[in-house]
Formats: sequence, C-alpha cells, structure tokens
Amino acid sequence: MATHPTAPQPGRTDPAILRNFCIIAHIDHGKSTLADRMLQLTGVVDERAARAQYLDRMDIERERGITIKSQAVRMPWTVTEGEFAGRTFVLNMIDTPGHVDFTYEVSRSLEACEAAILLVDAAQGIEAQTLANLYLALGADLHIIPVLNKIDLPGANPEKYAAELAGIIGCDPSEVLRVSAKTGLGVEDLLNQIVVQTPAPEGDADAPPRALIFDSVYDTYRGVVTYVRVVDGSLKHRDRIQMMSTGAVHEMLEVGVISPEPVKADEIGVGEVGYLITGVKEVRQSRVGDTVTSATKPAAEPLGGYQHPNPMVFSGLYPIDGDDFATLRDALEKLQLNDAALQYEPESSGALGFGFRIGFLGLLHLEIVRERLEREFNLDLISTAPNVVYRVVMEDGREITVTNPSEYPTDGKIAEVHEPIVDATVLAPSEYIGAIMELCQSRRGQLGGIDYLSEDRVEIRYTLPMGEIMFDFFDALKSRTKGYASLNYEIAGEQAADLVKVDIMLQGEVVDAFSAIVHRDSAYSYGVALAAKLKELIPRQQFEVPIQAAIGSRIIARENIRAIRKDVLAKCYGGDISRKRKLLEKQKEGKKRMKMVGRVEVPQEAFIAALSTSEPGPAKK
Amino acid sequence: MPSVVPDADPAPRDGSLPAAALAELGSRPFGFYVHVPFCRVRCGYCDFNTYTAEELGDGASRTTYADQVIAEIRLARRVLGEADLPVGTVFFGGGTPTLLPAGDLERVLAAIGAEFGLAADAEVTTEANPDSVDAARLEQLRAGGINRISFGVQSAVPHVLATLDRTHDPARVPGVVAAARAAGFDQLSLDLIYGTPGETAADWERSLTAALACDPDHVSAYSLIVEEGTALARRVRRGELPMPDEDDLAEKYAVADRLLSAAGLRWYEVSNWARDEGARCRHNLAYWRGGHWWGAGPGAHGHVGGVRWWNVKHPAAYARRLAAGESPAHGRELLDAETRRVERVLLELRLAEGLAIDALDAAGRAAIAAQVDAGLVRAEPLTAPDPRVVLTDRGRLLADLVVRALLP
Repeated sequence: MATHPTAPQPGRTDPAILRNFCIIAHIDHGKSTLADRMLQLTGVVDERAARAQYLDRMDIERERGITIKSQAVRMPWTVTEGEFAGRTFVLNMIDTPGHVDFTYEVSRSLEACEAAILLVDAAQGIEAQTLANLYLALGADLHIIPVLNKIDLPGANPEKYAAELAGIIGCDPSEVLRVSAKTGLGVEDLLNQIVVQTPAPEGDADAPPRALIFDSVYDTYRGVVTYVRVVDGSLKHRDRIQMMSTGAVHEMLEVGVISPEPVKADEIGVGEVGYLITGVKEVRQSRVGDTVTSATKPAAEPLGGYQHPNPMVFSGLYPIDGDDFATLRDALEKLQLNDAALQYEPESSGALGFGFRIGFLGLLHLEIVRERLEREFNLDLISTAPNVVYRVVMEDGREITVTNPSEYPTDGKIAEVHEPIVDATVLAPSEYIGAIMELCQSRRGQLGGIDYLSEDRVEIRYTLPMGEIMFDFFDALKSRTKGYASLNYEIAGEQAADLVKVDIMLQGEVVDAFSAIVHRDSAYSYGVALAAKLKELIPRQQFEVPIQAAIGSRIIARENIRAIRKDVLAKCYGGDISRKRKLLEKQKEGKKRMKMVGRVEVPQEAFIAALSTSEPGPAKK
Repeated sequence: MPSVVPDADPAPRDGSLPAAALAELGSRPFGFYVHVPFCRVRCGYCDFNTYTAEELGDGASRTTYADQVIAEIRLARRVLGEADLPVGTVFFGGGTPTLLPAGDLERVLAAIGAEFGLAADAEVTTEANPDSVDAARLEQLRAGGINRISFGVQSAVPHVLATLDRTHDPARVPGVVAAARAAGFDQLSLDLIYGTPGETAADWERSLTAALACDPDHVSAYSLIVEEGTALARRVRRGELPMPDEDDLAEKYAVADRLLSAAGLRWYEVSNWARDEGARCRHNLAYWRGGHWWGAGPGAHGHVGGVRWWNVKHPAAYARRLAAGESPAHGRELLDAETRRVERVLLELRLAEGLAIDALDAAGRAAIAAQVDAGLVRAEPLTAPDPRVVLTDRGRLLADLVVRALLP
C-alpha cells in the first residue's frame, strides 16, 4: 500500500511535525488492538484490510499473544481538535517487546522515542513488567502518556486505576486518558494528545549521520532489515554506511519507512524512523543498540548504551533421532540469522548423544527457540533442564565456569560455588503478601522491601537466586495469587551458595541429562520428587527399571518401574481392521518420540517435565 | 461396530469395487457380517454403533431394517458380479440381533442364500442377550438356519453387570443355554468381559466358573476398554470409577487362560478359546486371516481383495441411501502391498497358529531373536518348510509390543 497522498514525504519531513512514541503495556492489556485502531483511524490500513493485530508477525507471537520483534509504523495524522486542529503531523509508532527476557531490546526501542503511552487495563491495573518498563522509559527521559484501556468492560474500575497510575507517575488522575481500543472510543482524542504532549525530536541535520538500531530482523528474500531512528544528519539510498561497534562497512541498498508495508525513500532525516537494507545476511552484523553512521563522513562518537547480549540460561537440545543432528545444526544457523542473542556450541551427552548447548536470554527465549525448531524445521527435540551459569572456585585456586551440570567438577575440593541472583519485583493485591513471601522464602529469597502502590496493591521486592526461578516459580506465584500477581526481574550479580549436584540413575547408570545443581538443603526432597516424577513419566518397559537419585556416591532416593505385563488390545471391533492398524501407527509414532537411554525408552517430556517437581501446583496451560 | 470411522477415501455411490480387488474373490473364504444396530438400553461401556428406539430418526426402525439389509445384499450381488461365491460364514452382530421382529434374521439369511448360495457346512452365528430370547424363539432361529449362538453373558456377578449396565439376571443364563442346546444349537459360545471397575479376582473366577458350568464350546474373554465418548469414560474421568489397572487385567487374563484350559478349551486367538478345531469361530478367523466378507447394515465394515470399506453409521442415513437405490458405503481404504503386509503381521500374530515368517521383511526377521530371548515368542527355524512365529503365554499379553518390534 502506498502512503497517504497528502502525507509529508520521508527525508523531507520537518522534525517539528514528527512525533515518535511507543506503547508500554502488559500482555493482554490491548496494545495490539490499540495499534490496529490507530492504523485504521489514520487511514494507513483500511478496516477491511486490517488483519487483526497487524504488528505481530510470527505465528508463535500471535499464539502466545506477545510481540518479540518490534517494528515501527509511520502514520500521518491531521489533528481534529485544539490548537493544532487541521495541521498534519507524522506519528511514528514504535512497537516494543513485552517480556522480561527482552529488557535490553525494550530499552533500545524506548531510546528511539520521545514519549511512551502507558497502556493499562482498566479492570486489572498495572503489572510488574509494565512497571519495570515504565521505569526504563522514565530513565530514558520519555514523556509518559497514561491511558486506561477496556473502559467499556463491565469489570472496569477506571477511578481506582487512574488514581494508581497518577500516584506512580506523579500526575493528576484527570490527566489519565480513557479509551476502548476495541470499540475505538477515545482513540481519536489519544492521537490528538500524542501530537500535543510528545516533544518533537531534536538533532543536528548538518552533523555526520548517527542512527540508533532498535531492531534487526532477518527476511528470507531481503536479508537483514534494520530498523533505525535517525538522531543526527540523514541516511541516503546508496550511501556507504558503517556500524560503529564493529567498524564494518555496508552499502545501503534500500532505505525507507513502514506504513505499514515498506515504502522506499531517497533518504531519512533527523528524528525519522525507518528501515535500512544493506544485504547483510545475519542480524549479528546489524545489532540492536549499535549506531549507524556514514563510512565517508563518520561521526566521532556513537550514541550511548550499546550492550552485547549475554545468555543467562543454558539448556541442551538434542534430536531424538540421532540422524537429525545435521538438520538441527542447519536450523540453528538459520535461526541465528534472526536472533543475535542466540548462542550455541556442539556438545555430547552419554544419554542423549550429539546435540548443542544453547544459551538463551531467559526461559521464554528458550521456549520460543525450541518451538520454532520443532515447528519450522520439523525436528523432534529433547531439551534438558535449563540451568544458569555457576562459577566454581576450587581449593587449588582453579576457577571453572559451569554451564552444564556435567561440567560440575568431581576432581579435587571445591572451595566456593557462586550462583547468579536477580532482583525480582512482584506486584499483587495486598491480601497475597503472605503467600508471596512464603514462596520467595522457600526459594531462598531475601526480602528487599514492600511498598503500597494503592490502598490494596503492593510492590514486593526480593533478591532471589536465578536458578530458583527457572522452572516453575512463575506458575507457583500465579497459583498462589489466583493469577493476580505479576513478576519482573533483572540480573543483580552473584552470591556464594552451598550447592550440590544431584544425579539420577536408571538401571544403575547415571543419566547425565537428568543431573541438576541444587541447594544442599533441598537436594533430598528434590531427589525424592524427581525419582517419583520419572516413575510417572517413563512408561513401563519389558523389564524392571530401578530409578535412583544420588549425591556423589550416596543414594538419596529410589523408585522402581515394574515390568509391563499387558500390551494388547483384546478386541477387533467386528472387522474394523483399519482402526487397529491406525492404532499401531499411532503407537509407532509415539515410540519415535522416545529416546533410548541404555535399554530404557524415555519420553521427551521426561527430560523437561521432570524438573517441575517442587510444586504440586496447577496443570500447565 | 466402533463409533469412530477412520479417515479415508469416499466410497463410490454405486458401491463398486476395483477390478483388481474383485479378481481376488474366490481365493479366500467369503462371508457376511450383518450389523443389527439396535439395543433395548445402551450399555455404559459400549462404543459400538447401536441405538435405542428413542435415538432412531425418521425412516429407521426395527421393523423396516430387515428389508433394507436385504436390499444391500442384492446390491452386494451386483457389485461382486456373477462369480460363484458360496457363503461360508454369516455372523449377525450388534447391537442385539435378537431384538429384531421374529422371522427377520431368518429372512435376511434366506436372502443371502438366495443371492449367493450357502455352503453346505456354512457357519451361521447370531449374538444374543440372555434375556432377549426364550425357548420358542431359539427353536425358531435354529429352524431358520442359524446354527451357532453367542450369548453376551459378560459376568455372573450382579454388581459387575450393574456397572456394565447389563440388565439380564445371571441366574437365567444356565436355563437359556440349556434351551439353546435343546433347540439344537451344537455350537454355543459365551462372551465374557473382565476388568470392570470393582470386579475382584474372586468375582472374575466366579464368572469363569459359572460360564464353564454351562459347558460352552467356545468362550471369548475381552478386557474392558474404557472408550472415549462412552458413559463409562465420563464416569472414570469424574473419578466415580477407577480406570482398569493393566496388571489386574493381566492377572485376570492369566486366570482365564488357566481355568478355560483346565476345562478343555484351548486358545486359538488372543481373546478366544474353543473346545476343538471345529468349535473355533470360522467367521472371526477370517478377520485375522485376511478373508473376504461383506459387511451389511449401518456402520458395518467389509473387506475384499485389499479394499476395506464401511457403511454410513446412522440407521436413518443407511435407510435413505438404500431407498434411493445407492450404496450405503461411506468410506474406504485401498491398501497397498506394504499396508497389506503390515496388517498380516498384526492380525496373524494373534493366532495360535502364529504368523508365517514370509510376512516379515529383513529387519523384522532380524528382530525375532530378541523377542525369543525375551520369552515373548517361539520361532521355528527359517529353514523349516513353513516357518512361523508364535506368541508364548506371556507374549499373548504383549502382542502389540511384539507386533511393533517385528515391524521396525
């Protein structure tokens, strides 16, 4: 679709009529619906063509209701009321990822804006991640436009939550806008307010160009598409550009804006938001947070704040069918094209054969990568229990970095083990303070403080070992608070802790993929729970299978899977042989999803589900 | 007939079969299965295609059913062509065939005889509920040409029958069996079900002993399967009844085999025991041996020469098709050579005569040794004239596992 006929043209837009903003919202609070409504009202997308939730591209994102990759849409808007009535402005809406694993990407998106819409469900109030992102936005000096959404819902309580938002950001409750993205109520006024409240971008049009990369996406047909916000100067078609973190030089094959499909331009100038295509094939060559400048007239200093993404969580991924190893390697290479944070290296496991140790930003990142590998590359995978990185100091002074329990040293004496910790923030109704504290305490948490956000909502701060929130902390938190609590955390260094490795043996053989590093105080209950869980998950075999949990050579738990006695269908249903054959096919399909560990067939689920042992809690999903 | 119909090709409206399949007619025994989809009450565990009077729609009723089946038998004759095809076995199953008006089963049988001719030694079976027939009706059935009867006694224990929603009085069974003998039924079978929630080991032994006291020629013993969509499955899901325990089922199977064998009944198929070779159910054997049969009636399945097909399920839809002069066939599968081989393995292995090794590919043959070592099969040397793999006593309970091993 072409851009609006009367809209100001990219590259020749006066910064004074530019308004760059993003929307900060919790999952389900209606960000995508609001974005859709704005696209329609500004005429960028007509109602019939509006695909629901236009900005979310990938299937997985759509299913999970989250946005991983941000994008930016340019929308012309002619103000309908007030002092600017009748004047046309250019609004750039920059989409931000909403999950804790992607805090850094969020911070770069925020850097590209002058204002943030703080969008909150009028029936639920602000959530912990939203609050965390709000703090990021305030830290980036953005103007905050508070908005309550879903005010048409019967459960909406706009008075209460307007007061809450006003209390958090320090405005008057009457300044909190009220909309229904679903019906469109109040959205026109919001667009007008964006123009009024958002400061115009400032920059030096004559200086050497500097543009911030806030997103970078691999496209099969075009290579890497890089999203930038120009701060100084301008970027022109056919310019030779330079990435300031690496010094790499690329030819600019195309520059343009998104409205909402890509529209080519000759250039983009100060304050503008658009995309670049340079022919690079991997997003690692065009990293979020880096500064783009001109190769012929380079800027002296990059824009601040670039960080190299470091994986925080590691997990082994193994193909169930060993013949799929090469396919998995190729698939990871392809995913890395689009995921600068993904790191991997080959490893082998006695139980699982050849696979990869993969570093992720967090658990959601892990889940997304695993699902994409299975869905897009048709791989059947086993993922081992995710773990954090431990630093083990030996008495002889050696230091060992453990990203996999199998690397835990068994030779020599361990002096100290250090584990990463996080600062976690939980927002919840105050009636759940006790339940939340009990949970955090059981996970070795240290209380940081409790603040009341409003009469009956609290912010609880804890420092927790990151390893303790890996598997099921969020589920446990949700189940103890009837779903009302929200969680955010950020990495906060490391601490020494009394940790041990628990091994699991099947038929007397250690299965390395089941080994885990846990605190000594919980090792026994962990071993007992895991052995019991495996007994449930591993189907009965033709022979008896003993399961044991051990710390070193000391057995701490044992279970026994009895040999199977019956595996036959009694009846043949009056000649319906087709049904019997299909059942056989289904059984054989199920067998394919089993991994042979020694002589024992172990289902895929056992490798990951076995780890959520500590809570009897709710059924997942 | 199960209520789940497999995905497959639609069947042609005229019910015709491919020439290649028809060319195989005559190479194997030919029979008729006639499905009678009526029951007085619906049993909670049953997922067969059956209806109570209240569940039937327009155009379908017990009184018009026989004429519709007879129309399908005439259609079968047209589809199968002019070949001489004497019928070796007929099996009336259900549902409850004996719920049909008196004379209807006999008329259907007569129609099969008129169209195809019955072999001189034809085996003609009907299933019956112990409380749906009396001496007079049994005499009438026997006189109408039905020579084998299979009573669905399921259990001799009132609380087990109650859980199964069976309405008959177990005390009546010996009398009905005696009446069947008096009417001239030389071949008499009893169906039993084990593993009903709440059934103790002693209950099951009591059922077996009671059945054996009737001196049957044949016994089928099926483990209870909790099928999706049945009232029983709902009760299990709600926690009102426990799921049958596989070890308990294995134990009960072993008890059944011990008591039946001691009474002179030998297993010839995993769930079937017979007094001697002549007492085996030839109709059922044809299912396991790849025989040909026409399945008549709503939801019935047939097989000829590697084509498996099945009729529309609902009696009203079935009636409409036949009234319009169309085939009631709903869907079918044309099996390729490999699929036919797979079916041979999974069907023949269940028989006491075992699986001919020529049905296995090289990998399957190589897998035999491990199954022998595990004590699940006995195998004759590959050099024998007709080498076969036969399940051991333990292997019978693990037959599906062995099948998967032999079809790697």
